[in-house]
Amino acid sequence: MTIAAERTQDDTKRVVEPGVTPMGVTAHVSDLVLEAPTPLWWWVGFGMSAGLLGLFVVAIGWLFIRGVGIWGIDWPVAWGFAIANYVWWVGMASGGTLISALFFLTRSEWRSATSRIAESMTVFCVACAGIMPIIHLGRWWYFYWLFPYPNTMALWPQFRSPLHWDFVAILVYVIGSLVFWYVGLIPDLATLRDRATRRWQRVLYGILALGWQGSSRHWREFKTLYLVLAALMAPLVVSIHSVVGLDFAGGLTPGWHETQFPPYFVFGAALSGFAVVLMLVIPLRRALELSGVITLRHVDVLARLLLTASLLLTYCYLLEVFMPFYRGERHEITVVLANFTGTYAPWYWAKIVLNSVVPQLLWFRAVRLNRPLLFVIAAGVVVGMWIERYVIVASSLHRNYSESSWFPFHPTVWDWATLAGSVGLFLTGFFLLLRVIPMVSMFEMRELLHKKRGPG
Amino acid sequence: MSRVLVVFDSPDRMLDALRRLREAGFARLEVYSPQAVEGVDELLGRRSRALPLVIIAAGVAGAVGGFLLQYIGMAVHYPLNIGGRPLNSWPAFSTSTFELAALAMLLVGTLAFFALCRLPRLYDPVFEVPGMERATQDRFLIGVDLREASIDRERLERVLARFDGVRIEEVPE
Repeated sequence: MTIAAERTQDDTKRVVEPGVTPMGVTAHVSDLVLEAPTPLWWWVGFGMSAGLLGLFVVAIGWLFIRGVGIWGIDWPVAWGFAIANYVWWVGMASGGTLISALFFLTRSEWRSATSRIAESMTVFCVACAGIMPIIHLGRWWYFYWLFPYPNTMALWPQFRSPLHWDFVAILVYVIGSLVFWYVGLIPDLATLRDRATRRWQRVLYGILALGWQGSSRHWREFKTLYLVLAALMAPLVVSIHSVVGLDFAGGLTPGWHETQFPPYFVFGAALSGFAVVLMLVIPLRRALELSGVITLRHVDVLARLLLTASLLLTYCYLLEVFMPFYRGERHEITVVLANFTGTYAPWYWAKIVLNSVVPQLLWFRAVRLNRPLLFVIAAGVVVGMWIERYVIVASSLHRNYSESSWFPFHPTVWDWATLAGSVGLFLTGFFLLLRVIPMVSMFEMRELLHKKRGPG
Repeated sequence: MSRVLVVFDSPDRMLDALRRLREAGFARLEVYSPQAVEGVDELLGRRSRALPLVIIAAGVAGAVGGFLLQYIGMAVHYPLNIGGRPLNSWPAFSTSTFELAALAMLLVGTLAFFALCRLPRLYDPVFEVPGMERATQDRFLIGVDLREASIDRERLERVLARFDGVRIEEVPE
């Protein structure tokens, strides 16, 4: 009884459990990749993910052979799952960058232990996101026309279009996420190089670490670069999601043509991103025995962030209903009423319940610290955010300004296969990273522990 | 014998030794540590000067170049009259201008970081020193260049006499 009371007082305040030493963290985290035998859960998870990835390859292969006609898209709903998936994946990616870049700038102590998981997640989320708009192009092999390259047709891309802004934004974001992730890994790769006992590990990590020595010159320039990268990545996250919102807001479609879309999409991105980080952190702190450095404080902070993002998004949901009636624009009202009671009503209400109603449980401390329940809530949010993107894409298009063309969207088995397969791509990549790179930033934990312990 | 590494087991002892070496007139010093240690740069009197300037220059070049790319494409090479709207529609160019400036800063900054750190450099004589592998884990090393005039090993050992248990290792040529 007294123990329980003591625990609840302290558990959410400590970013590191007592007894954790810098060398302890370094040895444990690097041995996870260098020494520990591959656990059974990894093989099970990796096997299932690879199966889904196989499905993705089949779905994309068939798409390349037959064209986008295998999907349910048609007029008027010409943007189907591919665009919903794109917005969903790029949104989840942003959560990882927000944690590693934004909370680096705010000097949040809890960031150190979770940043590597968040950044690794981002890398594979943007990979999934980047594929979607390309396969959505009917003639995907012309996608390089988006680049302003000198060509014999004397053509230029339309730089004024939000769709082209989006191409530039995603390109910069993909490159930026990779660079940010890799630069932040270099000191840890050097630690792996120096701790490795097998020859192939020494060669692999020796090459990846690029010869990092940890000299004062290296650290000095590293600190400067990392600060700049964080300061660039934080606005890039906001910009990419604003631009994704503008993709929709720039279209003359009822329910899309809204000035609130850029922040609306940023809030949604943050919500789904925090949810994915929670879904990874909760099982990994157990499976990799990281509960000494990823404490209940981290779980609590992430849950609070999830609640905050949910409230911000709920405000946008309310505004989305209010504005059409305030303007009195007939077609926009039609879309709102269609969401409430029409073809997509079950989806619409599911997103409200999963993204706005259920996360209100996080006001209660007992829920925030109950990891299985928190995992379920976060999973609900991830599903709910996909549904939100799907409703935005399909519902508005199926009730556009021309009533003669109203028609709903019906996904085919290939739509679902592409969605499930992209999850396979993400999970396969993440499972592989689990065995190759340290899942906690060791040098940041050494710095944090030194700062916390004081001189010694 | 031209360079040696002095091995410490805590950042504070290393900083103390570094301060004493500086006071004793040692100038060609370098520190190897598993994490950035606050105070080292001040003692060595070094700062990251070039990198911020390079990154700012890259940002300006990226912004100007990015804007010109769009301006030339939309207003000079391929002008499209859409309802009489101005060809130089700069507000519509602003998003990509920002993105391209950020891209230039990211890439040039990272390349400049590699150049300033002389990376990639997979082999360096310091890697031969026994104990250097701990510099990425839990040891804090001071590299001393003994080729300096008036600096020799006895003088180094005199300064370090107060620190018991420190190892001095030679760096092979």
